[in-house]
Amino acid sequence: MIEAKNISKWFDGQRILYDISATFDTGKTNLIIGQSGSGKTVFMKCLIGLLTPEEGSILYDGRKFREMSEQQKRALRTEIGVLFQGSALFDNETVLGNVMFPLKMFSPMSHEEQLERAHFCIKRVGLTNADDKYPSEISGGMQKRVAIARAIALNPKYLFCDEPNSGLDPRTSILIDELLSDITHEYGITTIINTHDMNSVLGIGEKIVFINKGHCDWIGTDKTIFKSKSQSLNDFVFASKLFQEVKKFLEREYEAEEDV
Amino acid sequence: MIVSSIASFGRYCLFMGQVFRKPEKWKVFFQRLVLEISKLGVDSIPLVIIISLVIGAVITIQMVINTVSPLIPSYSTGLATREILLLEFSSSIMSLILAGKVGSNIASEIGTMRVTEQIDAIDIMGINSANFIVLPKIVGFVLFVPVLCVLSMFMGLLGGWFISEFTSMISVENYVFGIQSFFNEWYVWYGIIKTIVFAFIISSVASFFGYFVKGGSLEVGKASTNAVVSSSIIILLADVLLTKMLLQ
Repeated sequence: MIEAKNISKWFDGQRILYDISATFDTGKTNLIIGQSGSGKTVFMKCLIGLLTPEEGSILYDGRKFREMSEQQKRALRTEIGVLFQGSALFDNETVLGNVMFPLKMFSPMSHEEQLERAHFCIKRVGLTNADDKYPSEISGGMQKRVAIARAIALNPKYLFCDEPNSGLDPRTSILIDELLSDITHEYGITTIINTHDMNSVLGIGEKIVFINKGHCDWIGTDKTIFKSKSQSLNDFVFASKLFQEVKKFLEREYEAEEDV
Repeated sequence: MIVSSIASFGRYCLFMGQVFRKPEKWKVFFQRLVLEISKLGVDSIPLVIIISLVIGAVITIQMVINTVSPLIPSYSTGLATREILLLEFSSSIMSLILAGKVGSNIASEIGTMRVTEQIDAIDIMGINSANFIVLPKIVGFVLFVPVLCVLSMFMGLLGGWFISEFTSMISVENYVFGIQSFFNEWYVWYGIIKTIVFAFIISSVASFFGYFVKGGSLEVGKASTNAVVSSSIIILLADVLLTKMLLQ
């Protein structure tokens, strides 16, 4: 479990995050949602430790990140897998080289065991015959899969994904969402996904934290999001025509339920 | 401007502090070192050969044309060609050329890694990204650059020899006698020492500019240009200092 307590962040005197508190549960896909520029990426970077919040604390299963020594932080980082928005694969490494990278750096395994583990991870994300291909030779969806394989290579306890669906078609987006959800449940990982894709919210949002203009406006699940009274959340969720239609449909459903 | 220059120098020193740390895994470091020697050093050999051959030939032609006097001995063409190559061309001018090739290569590669979050990915794994990416580049280039310097000296002299062999401007005997006359071995070491210092400047300054890129591909291009310009200016300043220190 990851706990964020009263996180505040400033950039050049401008406040970006306002006292955000949230808990991200183990074995669940936790989503951080919000508009572009709402501060969700900054919040996630604070959680990972790429940015240091001016106020507040972050606890990884009760371990305070700020109070850790450099050595403890380095040890913690081997428990963290990150899927970046642009995949962040190493251009000069093949698919296999990318997945092998964390194993080479941190794993005490022999080379053969590392290869076996890397092949297992590549297979787990559904890639075949791609070991020797370079990132520039594979599609965006495949790159995401490789990045996921690299992120899970060291059996992480915590998995962070920054907009895993960006730049992908709807079908591939769903497949990536399903893969992340399956991996989370299979290995009991605390997964935090940063997204503004409503399909992800409805598909895998077991816990949802909504950030609006640097404030945490709402926390709930995919089941409760449509019943929320938060105006800012409704404006965000029902921004598209499709979801406006969904809202009308749901309101009719609720009214029918109440009549009964 | 002075304040920002001092601030940049401070950041550069801190960056170097990050770079010169014990590598996470020596095995991986040596693998990357070999790769960087190949990429930055071995791949520069064709450029060094072509430029040195041509410049050596041109210097010889210029010397023959401009030293036509009964008071100047005929072997002075070879002697002057050798001194120019050893003292300045194969170290300073070649380093300026390599600043363009190697410096822009390093800055754009690291800059691209920065904007595509590859450096963040390394950091987040708990690896010192500056050390992991930059140290093999600096060490690899500094280790290999004496080879390029000596190769440049040799190819430059060979270029002059081609002029003496295939034209009637100067006889081969005179040219060979000239390049052997009054030879001071220290000049070779002077050239090599200068090149090593310049190689450090090229690789570290280019890495610095690449590592701190912010933005997108446009900024990567700017960083690459700034790296070449800055390292060229620093090389010229260092050339003055080193010449004063080593030859006086």
